[in-house]
Amino acid sequence: MDFKAKACEGGPPEASAAEAEAALVRRILAGERHLFHELVRPHERGVYFAAYSVLKNEHDAEEVAQEAMLKALRNLASFRAEAKFGTWLTAIAINEARGRLRHERVLQFSSIDAPTEDEDGEFVPELITDWREVPLESLERRELREMLQQAIASLPENYREVLVLRDVQDLNIAETAAALGVSEGVVKTRLLRARLRMQKILAPQLASKRGGRLFGLFKKGTGQSWF
Amino acid sequence: MVLNCRHVWKEISNYIEGTVAPELRDEMEQHLAHCRHCAAVLDSTRNILYLIADERVFTLPAGYADRLHARLQEEIEGPPSGGV
Ligand SMILES: [Zn+2]
Repeated sequence: MDFKAKACEGGPPEASAAEAEAALVRRILAGERHLFHELVRPHERGVYFAAYSVLKNEHDAEEVAQEAMLKALRNLASFRAEAKFGTWLTAIAINEARGRLRHERVLQFSSIDAPTEDEDGEFVPELITDWREVPLESLERRELREMLQQAIASLPENYREVLVLRDVQDLNIAETAAALGVSEGVVKTRLLRARLRMQKILAPQLASKRGGRLFGLFKKGTGQSWF
Repeated sequence: MVLNCRHVWKEISNYIEGTVAPELRDEMEQHLAHCRHCAAVLDSTRNILYLIADERVFTLPAGYADRLHARLQEEIEGPPSGGV
């Protein structure tokens, strides 16, 4: 998958897929409830990670994903066909997850760490002079996967949500905005900050010399690459 | 107007999205061609986004889909909604 190509598309969703989904919704509402399995199957992964982006915990994310799906089934009649079903479902999952997080914070008497929108206007990325591409094959290494997961987990909630929806799940800007209930401008602003923070956290770790030494990724004697 | 590094960082996310206006994009590309720092910021950011988009980074818990559909099946077979 080429990131640049992915980032450039952003056109309208395939009409046929949307029509097939709308037809499924009508049949379920008319009584063929078993078709709900088929309707949600393409969204299983997305709903889980939407919940995970808020909660950062596998067990809670799974529970919330289940609750969101059940809620969608119970409230399917209120789904408006002009929205994409996946976006509607994602919004339900995000809201369920936020509800659970608020509840837990109240129980723990802890404060909400959401950053304000105008925070770190002068954010400076990691200034390296040379970047050596980290190839996808490197993801076979658990250390690298964990490093990426930890970087995402360390982001403030507002930034983590947009990054996961846009850059992990590949929703477009409009879908991300709809799922989070914010404007596209807010999504773009948070996305810039989330991406630059990821770069700041990860670039020093991934830059070939330091990353190689840290994780023993150099072949003995070559000192060159991730493999 | 001549772009400085801060201007480039501010627009780097939109640049990756492919949504900056053509004039600004040209100016950014001129800057990127001459500024090693900004070129490395762009390359590293794009590389990181490419990595996190890979399905191997975040995997579903084992048995997630089975448990989900079993729970949905209970609801589907249960009484019609309203009596939660
Ligand atoms: Zn520069």
